Amino acid sequence: MGSMSPAESFVLAIGTKKGLWLATSPDRQEWSFSGPHFLMSEIPSIGIDTRDCRTRIMVGVRSEHWGPTVVHSDDLGATWTEPEQGAISFPEDTGAALERIWQIYPDADSRPGVVWAGAEPISVWKSTDGGEHFELNRGLWDHPHRSDWGAGYGGAAAHSIVVNPAGDNVHIAMSTGGVYRSLDGGTSWEPRNKGISAYFMPDPNPEFGQCVHKIAADAGVDGRLYAQNHHGVYRTDDNGENWDSIADGLPADFGFVMLTHPHREGTAWVVPLKADGERIPPDGKLAVHRTDDAGATWRRLDSGLPEHEYNSVLRDAAAVDSAEPAGVYFGTRGGTVYASADEGETFAEVAAHLPDVLCVRAAVVARA
Amino acid sequence: MSCASGRQWSPVPDISVVLPSVLQPLAGGQTVLTASTDGPVTVEELLNSLTVDFPILARRLRDETGALRRFVNIYVGGDEVRRLQGLETHVQPGQEVLVIQSVAGG
Repeated sequence: MGSMSPAESFVLAIGTKKGLWLATSPDRQEWSFSGPHFLMSEIPSIGIDTRDCRTRIMVGVRSEHWGPTVVHSDDLGATWTEPEQGAISFPEDTGAALERIWQIYPDADSRPGVVWAGAEPISVWKSTDGGEHFELNRGLWDHPHRSDWGAGYGGAAAHSIVVNPAGDNVHIAMSTGGVYRSLDGGTSWEPRNKGISAYFMPDPNPEFGQCVHKIAADAGVDGRLYAQNHHGVYRTDDNGENWDSIADGLPADFGFVMLTHPHREGTAWVVPLKADGERIPPDGKLAVHRTDDAGATWRRLDSGLPEHEYNSVLRDAAAVDSAEPAGVYFGTRGGTVYASADEGETFAEVAAHLPDVLCVRAAVVARA
Repeated sequence: MSCASGRQWSPVPDISVVLPSVLQPLAGGQTVLTASTDGPVTVEELLNSLTVDFPILARRLRDETGALRRFVNIYVGGDEVRRLQGLETHVQPGQEVLVIQSVAGG
């Protein structure tokens, strides 16, 4: 979408280690909060679906006691619905049990009702009914590489899903395993990691096994994607066939976040962290970095951010909205959430002292 | 074995399953679920029977493989079933079964 109309407002969803907070704003300056919803359950994934003339908030909930589930709300959190048989449930023949939903990804406007999910154990799921029931993607589940995929610190999960507008071209990323691509809408999958380093393996350039933290698609160039790796920031211009480093100009090549502009080509954001040994912003100074030329150059953006911040920003604890100019939002493991209404030029604190922020999503919605 | 949401007359005493308050809304607000049986049943059979009408409650207690969730404890005769025969532990008519979440987390 383009510029705001008076009939639209913004919604911000913040998933934390101990519950979900929702906020609405008419202008991205003043926010009204509700929550915590699902207190004492972690919220690692949120999808806001604005298709079909409604706003559906889908939430991956996980209780340490009672397990994971997916719920949704069509009234901005006033009420929640949990499908009786469970939205995501492993078929009996797999012998597997759902551990955590890491990603909820509404598909393109041209495919209303289609929602993808990524989960732990490493799996991809697809819903055609707006996220109420998902089917396991068998092509990935039965992949011959499965026994060689590993687990990152947070678990073994498919955490990134990118579907191209035509719908036949799907990229996912998993930790650890790297990037896999399907050219047939998810029926078959092949690794596509050439150029992405796996320095922690005996062969640092394997076909798969990389610990890619997040991928995102360029808004304007078909076949161009960006990746924040476990050390390394990359871009592909050929649909994943080759990845090239675009880390020059960043203060660190480690991090978890990768965001791309909703409309404009060549624009992406990262939040660099020092490294394996110090997973904090470099020198304890939190900053977002944005490129407007597909990674050729980066610009540090820290206006409105604190002078010192020693908490990291997790892979899904950052989001953009679809407005023009785009809003940029992120939260820290220290429970502070920052928002920018001008593509990161200036940030303002919108929430603080929450539990660890695991997931942030934002959207432009019809005003109630 | 049959299950009921309230106590009914039976020649042998029912098995009662006491739910923690956080799960009671998933059982229609009931504090206790009761099962009528003419002999001993396993915990697995008991849960299968009592949660057939409450599928969300069933998922809170066990995962898709049927395994008891890690921090869900079920007590039969005062002992946690993991120290007995797990879900194969037998429950006698008239016994009370307690579902208690473990003290875990931070």
